[in-house]
Amino acid sequence: MTTAAVTADGRRTKAKPATMAQALGRALRDSMAEDPTVHVLGEDVGTLGGVFRITDGLAKEFGDDRCTDTPLAEAGILGAAVGMAMYGLRPVVEMQFDAFAYPAFEQLMSHVAKMRNRTGGAMPLPITVRVPYGGGIGGVEHHSDSSEAYYMATPGLHVVTPATVEDAYGLLRESIASDDPVIFLEPKRLYWSKADWSPEAPAPVEPIGKAVVRRSGRGATLITYGPSLPVCMEAAEAAVAEGWDLEVVDLRSLVPFDDETVAASVRRTGRAVVVHESPGFGGPGGEIAARITERCFHHLEAPVLRVAGFDIPYPPPMLERHHLPGVDRVLDAVARLQWEADS
Amino acid sequence: MTVQELPGAAAYRPTPPPAWKPITDPAPLLPDPEPYRVLGTDAVADVDPELLLRLHAELVRGRRYNAQATALTKQGRLAVYPSSTGQEACEIAAALVLEERDWLFPSYRDTLAAVARGLDPVEALTLLRGDRHTGYDPREHRIAPLCTPLATQLPHAVGLAHAARLKGDDVVALAMVGDGGTSEGDFHEALNFAAVWKAPVVFFVQNNGFAISVPLAKQTAAPSLAHKAVGYGMPGRLVDGNDAAAVHQVLSEAVARARRGEGPTLVEAVTYRMEAHTNADDATRYRVDSEVEAWKAHDPVRLLEHELTGRGLLDDEGIAQAKEAAEHMAAALRDRMNADPELTPMDLFTHVYAEQTSQLREQAAGLRAELDAEQDHDEHGAEAGR
Repeated sequence: MTTAAVTADGRRTKAKPATMAQALGRALRDSMAEDPTVHVLGEDVGTLGGVFRITDGLAKEFGDDRCTDTPLAEAGILGAAVGMAMYGLRPVVEMQFDAFAYPAFEQLMSHVAKMRNRTGGAMPLPITVRVPYGGGIGGVEHHSDSSEAYYMATPGLHVVTPATVEDAYGLLRESIASDDPVIFLEPKRLYWSKADWSPEAPAPVEPIGKAVVRRSGRGATLITYGPSLPVCMEAAEAAVAEGWDLEVVDLRSLVPFDDETVAASVRRTGRAVVVHESPGFGGPGGEIAARITERCFHHLEAPVLRVAGFDIPYPPPMLERHHLPGVDRVLDAVARLQWEADS
Repeated sequence: MTVQELPGAAAYRPTPPPAWKPITDPAPLLPDPEPYRVLGTDAVADVDPELLLRLHAELVRGRRYNAQATALTKQGRLAVYPSSTGQEACEIAAALVLEERDWLFPSYRDTLAAVARGLDPVEALTLLRGDRHTGYDPREHRIAPLCTPLATQLPHAVGLAHAARLKGDDVVALAMVGDGGTSEGDFHEALNFAAVWKAPVVFFVQNNGFAISVPLAKQTAAPSLAHKAVGYGMPGRLVDGNDAAAVHQVLSEAVARARRGEGPTLVEAVTYRMEAHTNADDATRYRVDSEVEAWKAHDPVRLLEHELTGRGLLDDEGIAQAKEAAEHMAAALRDRMNADPELTPMDLFTHVYAEQTSQLREQAAGLRAELDAEQDHDEHGAEAGR
């Protein structure tokens, strides 16, 4: 199926099915073409085009100096990116897999997140760190972590995660254009998800920090992001048969957090379930539930519930389906939202 | 099935592995076994006397700065000061070899290098004083913020030098680190990146014998820290860190090499930390007086003074002049540090992001209300007491 899209100058173009991976690659390409200070660096991002092929063709189009295969050292990659940003470049770093980013944590915590603050605003660091994250692709250990809670807990970083093809493009463009460091979390299992999308006329995306209501409903709000959005959308459709009218909020940005959109939704519905696949204990869901409770206590018909991954190291691939929050687990939580008390 | 039964096994003849060719010839990269010296050797004849005099004046000033800053910790004006007394030759040479367009990446002990590069002596102490993290604009002075985590500034130096080269700018980055810092992962990653990228960087290790209390022998098993260079494919240079002329010469050559596009150099200066790690440390627990005395005999200021007076370039009057200039600097520093810094609590929220998040706006409003209430209370309290 194709649909027509209209470009900014009024031309009609055909939208074709595109994957999230293609949209991300296109965002990198367009950012590099527009701004010569944008540099991509990481492991295997050059000749190979990245292990997920997100950077495919960039080295060929822009040269090795703009899309650079680095030595295999994450702290060194991010540390070098800091220096590059200090000299006026806009580095986009690829961390090959979520758990491979951990060696770079000191650079991230001690420098990337703090440089603007340490220097009284004199030295902002416009660095984008792309981290393919999350499970569901049958990866072996250290290839499926959901590390967003660590980044969220570090002031100075923006934490952004798209769930749709359009947002993958728009949010990555916004992240690269940001004058602050952005941890750009790419949900691996959505890399091959498709949508009709025209790179010539991408849907406008608001500046990072805005959540969006993906499905309207009056009964309860599912609050989610990244890899769990399709799960929640499916659960909301399935819930109709049970007589539950669910709203789905896609956060898109964990830092800044869009309290306004979330609270407005929960005030309308009176019930909320936060869904994510990272471990629940100390995870994003606890923070989100607390924020909702503080803002919407008198509107709540039930406690805010969380559906999260288990509090375990990411399991081996043959067991991951038990760990990842699925439609049934989301619906079970919805069923526990004290509907009787409402009737 | 046994090996003998494999089809064609009888015909197999072992072949040698495909030819192996080393990427780089290691021999020119190895440091000389003895630290390079200039003062007291024939090499000093080639050094510009003006440079020697300048080094001397800066060394005297630096020594006084260290003493004054240490005194300020005792008066509670500085939270902490890691003195570089005994290491002034390294500090001063590091600052003086750089052109204005070059960048310095200091560690937390390198206040003196930053001051010698032209930074305001008070601004250089803001981190250690505790009122702000960095008291200066790094871009304006081309001095990265004094770095407290060990060796993490080294990859920054590489990235900056690399970026400058990509832009076609003739800029060199000089990155300073201590002997302890050479054990950190970031040290190794930075050296590797720099060598692979041929980045115009000079890594300058001040080996002052101790990482807080841990001596070099417990830090490394390498013949010297300069020897580590060969593993990355860059030259390693060993220099007497108390010989200001030698340090200046070796660093100048390394900077020139970087500027020519020939890549990074690792320079190890062998020196000694005459005082404790910081004012919070007791050095008598981990080293003996005789060792300290031996290094006192090799003091960088005395070495240079001896050379200059011996050659008739400096007399007692000249020495007195240098000391007087240093006293002026110290008095001015003392006066300015005795003034309480003006602090603005609302600044806590100003520079976290380019634009405050709604979360920070809320918190800022909360603090604003607290401050207003405090002020209200103070004013009313004052009125009631009248």
